[in-house]
Amino acid sequence: MSMTITEKILSKSSGRKRVEPGENIWLNVDVLMTHDVCGPPTIEIWKREFGKDAKIWDKDKLVIFPDHYIFTKNPQANRNVEILRQFADEYSIDNYYDVGTERYKGVCHIALAEEGYNIPGTVLFGTDSHTCTSGAFGMFSTGVGNTDAAFILGTGKIWEKVPETIKFTFDRKLPPYLTAKDLILQVLGKITTDGATYRALEFDGDAVFSLSIDERMTLTNMAIEAGAMNGIIAADAVTESYVKERTNKSYEIFNSDPDAKFKNQYRFDVSKMEPHVAKPHSPDNLDTVRNVQGTKLTKCYIGSCTGGKLSDFISAAKIIFGNKVKVPTFIVPASTSIAKQMEIETISGVSLKQIFENAGCVVAQSSCAACLGGPMDTIGRATDGESIISTTNRNFPGRMGSKKAGVYLASPLTVAASALTGVITDPRDFL
Amino acid sequence: MEKIVKGKAFVLGDNIDTDQIIPAEHLVYSLSDPEESKKYGHYALSGVPLSQAGLPGGGLTFIDGEGHTSGYNIIIGGANFGCGSSREHAPFALQVAGVKAVIAESYARIFYRNSVDGGFLLPYETSAKLNDQIKTGDELELDVIANVLKNITTGNTYNLRSLGDILPIIEAGDIFKYARQSGMIV
Repeated sequence: MSMTITEKILSKSSGRKRVEPGENIWLNVDVLMTHDVCGPPTIEIWKREFGKDAKIWDKDKLVIFPDHYIFTKNPQANRNVEILRQFADEYSIDNYYDVGTERYKGVCHIALAEEGYNIPGTVLFGTDSHTCTSGAFGMFSTGVGNTDAAFILGTGKIWEKVPETIKFTFDRKLPPYLTAKDLILQVLGKITTDGATYRALEFDGDAVFSLSIDERMTLTNMAIEAGAMNGIIAADAVTESYVKERTNKSYEIFNSDPDAKFKNQYRFDVSKMEPHVAKPHSPDNLDTVRNVQGTKLTKCYIGSCTGGKLSDFISAAKIIFGNKVKVPTFIVPASTSIAKQMEIETISGVSLKQIFENAGCVVAQSSCAACLGGPMDTIGRATDGESIISTTNRNFPGRMGSKKAGVYLASPLTVAASALTGVITDPRDFL
Repeated sequence: MEKIVKGKAFVLGDNIDTDQIIPAEHLVYSLSDPEESKKYGHYALSGVPLSQAGLPGGGLTFIDGEGHTSGYNIIIGGANFGCGSSREHAPFALQVAGVKAVIAESYARIFYRNSVDGGFLLPYETSAKLNDQIKTGDELELDVIANVLKNITTGNTYNLRSLGDILPIIEAGDIFKYARQSGMIV
């Protein structure tokens, strides 16, 4: 019987020969990830339910990245990091990446990839909706709340409803003025913010497999913006080489069978696409950059698990190189490794970091920062009346701070071009 | 599980995301400290743009003054209620504010799971669009056994979808109680 990649992985994880969409099954979890916002309440629920002698099912499978509210004076936010620190100490959690140490990484979804926790064929749950990012590695990954995470922490198991899969095939070669962000925005425009609720999104096609791991993660990262349970891309040689550089763990590559059943299938010819934005206040409020060009901006933002990867900064730096920005522009590398790479990677002998600084951008420390607003002293946070263009993932009212701000979501190329003019600008004008 | 839930409706639009239910800057408070966790009730639905708060007219506050409980305890939503982040603080905030049930056309997966597995509130689905038929302030009565919503103010009744597969978890109270009853954990 034929199955999709997602169905095959869930079969393996539930110890069954096959599973069918709609079935409720219990999964054995390979990795549980949490962070400073949801880690402390998860730990509290786990202690409440399993008592004083609560045991972690497998502490080597628990990974904790403080990343959300890091560089803030907010006392409760700092208390949350302290709770994680004490927990990691008390239970000898090796996979804890503490703030203020060499081990600090930054945004969890990117750190999971960099630190070798993303393993093709495995199952990863995280207390963050963008946990679907890891699906770029041909694995099942999804977000849950504190209660479900506490349940996993004590048992290593969780129930899940097997999703139907919707397949998006991107044919041909991506033109230089497009990035994976333009593709996923069009997926959202097509199926809307609830078009994939309780479903899997599988990405396929030559354009997808020619993308770097960074860019593949942009596609799977925003699967949740369509309501999807998970996003997934089959692992290939690119994935294998990335994984082998980071871990010795064994992996298993699954592919959807040729006659696997999909809920829906969509096909795009990427060579005919043009740059897109999501207008305020929803990620599915799709338009072409040409249609909104000239819209006045007060701020530009390049960062987050979606748009703060090395590939995003390389794209942006190509446009920004040798120019000055016209509006405040924030550069927030998702991880400390990316921040280091930005000092090493050069264009015409100038480092990416220097290119951004020379242009007048603010280069901030790695964290989730203003992608989700956060405490009032968060760098780049949206204030009343602002008009912002950003490489992040959500533009619901108030997502980046003030609910009286409007946020456009776009590719790093489009945000960089717009930073140079102070109005929304098509990157083709600079390429 | 309460068999009959009575209360006033607070009506919202489509795509109410978790940032509108509880804005991210408030996610720093303790959820277990009895005093501090009241802040979640106080800030519940504070991210909803005022014009969209309390339909059809809008402009209504869900929580008055410095309080942490609301005069409204049944939320009528539209499509894709609870989309966005995984924050369990969202159904928790509604529970602290006194909300017993949400009735919407559809839910985002994580909000739905959190509501049920954490035992915070009843997430009822309805095939009919109710957020343009029920007005904020209408007196409602929800029959959890019959899956029927009665609008006392207008006299209309609406059939809701059965809670289905998740009913055993709701009846048990939460995912832990369910797992204990079924012998999965001790």
